[in-house]
Amino acid sequence: MRTLRFLLQKEFRQIFRDPAILRIIFVMPVMQLVLLPMAADYEVKNIRLAVVDHDHSVYSQQLIRKISASGYFLLTRYAASYQEAMKAVESDAADLVLELPSSFEKDLVKEEEAPVFMAVNAINGVKASLGSAYLRSIVQDFNQQVRAEWLQLPRFNPEPVVQVTSSNWYNPLMNYRYFMVPGILVILITMIGSFLAALNIVREKEIGTIEQINVTPIRKYQFILGKLIPFWVLGLAILSIGLLIARIVYGIIPAGSLFTIYLFAAVYLLAVLGIGLLISSYTQTQQQAMLISFFLIMVFILLGGLYTSVDSMPQWARYLVKLNPVSYFIEVMRMVVLKGSGTGEIKGHLISILAFALFFNTWAVLSYRKRS
Amino acid sequence: MFFKTIIMQSGNRRQLNNGHVSVADIVMTYGKPNAAVQALQGINFEVKPGELFGIIGPDGAGKTSLFRILTTLLLPTGGRAEVGGFDVVKDYQAIRNSVGYMPGRFSLYPDLTVAENLAFFATIFNTSISENYDLIKDIYLQIEPFRNRRAGQLSGGMKQKLALSCALIHRPSVLFLDEPTTGVDAVSRREFWEMLRRLKAQGITILVSTPYMDEAGLCERVALLQNGRMLGIDTPAGITASFGKLLLAVRNENMLPLLKLLKSFEEVEEAYPFGEYHHVVLKQGSEKDLRARLKAAGMEAEVITAVPGIEDCFMDLMKN
Repeated sequence: MRTLRFLLQKEFRQIFRDPAILRIIFVMPVMQLVLLPMAADYEVKNIRLAVVDHDHSVYSQQLIRKISASGYFLLTRYAASYQEAMKAVESDAADLVLELPSSFEKDLVKEEEAPVFMAVNAINGVKASLGSAYLRSIVQDFNQQVRAEWLQLPRFNPEPVVQVTSSNWYNPLMNYRYFMVPGILVILITMIGSFLAALNIVREKEIGTIEQINVTPIRKYQFILGKLIPFWVLGLAILSIGLLIARIVYGIIPAGSLFTIYLFAAVYLLAVLGIGLLISSYTQTQQQAMLISFFLIMVFILLGGLYTSVDSMPQWARYLVKLNPVSYFIEVMRMVVLKGSGTGEIKGHLISILAFALFFNTWAVLSYRKRS
Repeated sequence: MFFKTIIMQSGNRRQLNNGHVSVADIVMTYGKPNAAVQALQGINFEVKPGELFGIIGPDGAGKTSLFRILTTLLLPTGGRAEVGGFDVVKDYQAIRNSVGYMPGRFSLYPDLTVAENLAFFATIFNTSISENYDLIKDIYLQIEPFRNRRAGQLSGGMKQKLALSCALIHRPSVLFLDEPTTGVDAVSRREFWEMLRRLKAQGITILVSTPYMDEAGLCERVALLQNGRMLGIDTPAGITASFGKLLLAVRNENMLPLLKLLKSFEEVEEAYPFGEYHHVVLKQGSEKDLRARLKAAGMEAEVITAVPGIEDCFMDLMKN
């Protein structure tokens, strides 16, 4: 116990003496939490639209005005022909082409229907599908308006119309940040917990101090605990800072209890520290450890449900997500922060993470050797 | 669980019986069997308690591998080794409690101060600086003025003194020093050997490796190591006495043509530069014969008889 106390004292002394580590631990997370949620946004805006209007009628003008007033579209080109508009798409000046035929107004009034043509640049799939969906709904809305103007509605609606009204639970304004900030915080804790710990141990290998430690009576568990505990504490410190930023900058106050969050984080950190330990026992230089960490964090983020919904992934990918500890914490964070879930609701997640912690740490401890 | 802890604790405290080191048929092979590197090919030697034992050999001779095996950092491929009566493979915990190891590369924490490094190593050996201060006093006094400086900012000689202090702070029975004087200036080297002599007086067994032949004379006994093989073990005097041939020192103003000429003589077994002279080992003949031979070849040179040193012996042993 005494030895462990001195190991911890040494470890904390080194951490607080290294200005680079302090910056990485405290300044970077703050920057990331403040900047990233503001910049990374799901909503597709600024879709560039090229319009080919062969009709030049009042109705066609009205439709175009309605589209540009929606806020989603930027009317970048008013082309004379479809070919010209396509050129704009080719030179990446437009994402969407809307072509109105010369008989647009006449057909609309006389035939009660008028075809319009829409061509979408589908290189960016999200932008293409969302953009065409927005445009379609605007055109439909316009259609309703015109029909209301011209038609004598019968006394009773001939076709039954189902009207859908929705209410958004847990995030009533569908604020994207409420959803993102807890997720990004999880990624930060993961990076501190696993990768900084890994780099710290590998550094001892690199400068040869581990050799000197290995000749001493320090036992394996003491050395490992001496490395894990400081980063466990730092991870929880980052979580506290992150939650504070979420409250101050974004006004996100967890709906559930802080105890639930900290309880889960405490166990979760054990799991990611195990990953860090594992990385460190299979690498010899900080560079190697860094590259592996880089690869892992990519997988963790993309298969963690931070940006993309796990439910829309193919079945095999969903199994992979089950193997990603990060996905559990992201889900728990969102559940507790937005929905107010308690310890009972996250029990399953907690048990899974506990299993991860046991698995990674056992593997890491077994593979760590005091001698070669 | 409680009972187990007690046993572990007592195991933890086990100390070496004495400073005796014995190495028997130690083999160390690195790499896969088909492309293996033989670092040590069957090494045998004994070091008596309280002895200052030198392992002399060029870079790549296997000195560091040997030290890493004896300090329980490396598992030997074959053979047995004991430190203080404990096996380096089975009883490594007992050995770790009471040996001091100073690796060739400075490996203390560069971001901790001198005092913090020393205190850290004292505490992890369950002791304190004050408990063994008398042992390191001579050395530590020299770095004491820099006690609050970070270890990474010390000069080479200072780092070495700190490393030695840290290796000694738990009063080890055996001290392993792997190339302690490599990259250290001449004055510091002399000082360092002076420190070792004082430590020896305290009864500590010291194993020191060095690539410098001139330091061999400062050890009580030396082992000559080359390509993982032991060339000979003896006192420095014994080794030089075993040099059974005539050694001459030759010099003139044109050293390079002189060396070429000397090497071309068939009675010359070996000729190599040595300081301001060339050392010449003769197969037959005498000093006079060589002088005459040189004159006949039209080369004026000063020829004197030389006393063979460790380096001459080493060169000789390496060839045979």
